[in-house]
Amino acid sequence: MDTLNNILEYIGLFFVLLGSIFLFLGALGIYRMPDLYNRLQAGTKASTLGAMSMVLGIGLMQPGWLIKLIVIILFIGISNPLSSHALARASYKSGIRPFFKKKVDDYEEEVESEKGKMESV
Amino acid sequence: MSAKTISPSRYFYTFFIVFLIWYAFTTSLQPAEIITGIVLSLVVAYITVVNFDCCDPILITPSHIIYFIQYFLVFLVALVKANFDVAKRVINPKLPINPGIVSFETKLKNNFAKMVLANSITLTPGTLTIDVVDDKFYIHWIDVTTENKDEIYKEIAEPFEKVLLKIYGSSK
Amino acid sequence: MNIVIYIAIVLISIGSFLAFMRFVKGPTAADRAIALDTLSVIGIAGLVLLGYLFQRYIYIDLALVYAVLGFIGTIVIARYIEKAL
Repeated sequence: MDTLNNILEYIGLFFVLLGSIFLFLGALGIYRMPDLYNRLQAGTKASTLGAMSMVLGIGLMQPGWLIKLIVIILFIGISNPLSSHALARASYKSGIRPFFKKKVDDYEEEVESEKGKMESV
Repeated sequence: MSAKTISPSRYFYTFFIVFLIWYAFTTSLQPAEIITGIVLSLVVAYITVVNFDCCDPILITPSHIIYFIQYFLVFLVALVKANFDVAKRVINPKLPINPGIVSFETKLKNNFAKMVLANSITLTPGTLTIDVVDDKFYIHWIDVTTENKDEIYKEIAEPFEKVLLKIYGSSK
Repeated sequence: MNIVIYIAIVLISIGSFLAFMRFVKGPTAADRAIALDTLSVIGIAGLVLLGYLFQRYIYIDLALVYAVLGFIGTIVIARYIEKAL
């Protein structure tokens, strides 16, 4: 029993360390990326996995808390992509255009046509 | 919308989902918490039942459970890959990115399945769902390698959609 | 073994400082909202970590509430940007 707990603790510590590294990388991505959409890309992915893995690590080290921590993990996993998606759409519609090296933009058409419809009404 | 009559089972289903969320957040069996949860869930279900048209119940068969596990595994692998991908790009001093917005059409009809697909795409390597208009997904792609529609679909959506189609089918 | 937890705390402190720098720099409101969102996710992870370090279960409840509020806050900001700017 004791060895099992020790093993779980080491696995948990590994996850905590991994999570903190990803959280750091996510924040670095937010700081370094050239435009809003790329910041969202880096921020969402890295911080989601970072937070999930850190919380899971704590859950392994403290098995009594595991159920609640899994609720937190699920909530982060659902809510984080949703909020980044809402922010991306909102900023595109408010007129912030992404940074392009070579322009590939299928969305512009859709937003413009929607705007046209709104104005004609 | 509000003119539509709402069946009692609809109320019960909304109440059940709301109470499930309450229970997930409290995770306690104390009577006071349960009773508060029931009362609040009834109120919230009464108010929101009109707009509550997501997450329609589907018939779950044993084979679905295998698909859920399969989806989870596909998703997990993609999530970890995505993070190493991001890490690689962020650490690289030159920031190797070539962003663009591409679109593809999904075969899924179910709203909940579309949401799951959109969220999964956001968490997979280099892609971020910007908007979903009916069947069309608009994706911000950090490294556009192709502009061919079929290849875009293959690259971004296929691994997830394949499994989701098995669970939800292409019907509504 | 506690050293790992201290390393993690240092890493997420640097991370939250970087996100805070983005919050200060902007340049648009949406950029600030992203930075705030990341800060709140880091905050959630940090709360859970501190809860383990101090052995206080209440921190977990706090993290959950913070997660819900942060999500709602970001959605509200996104709504506002979409309609009003």
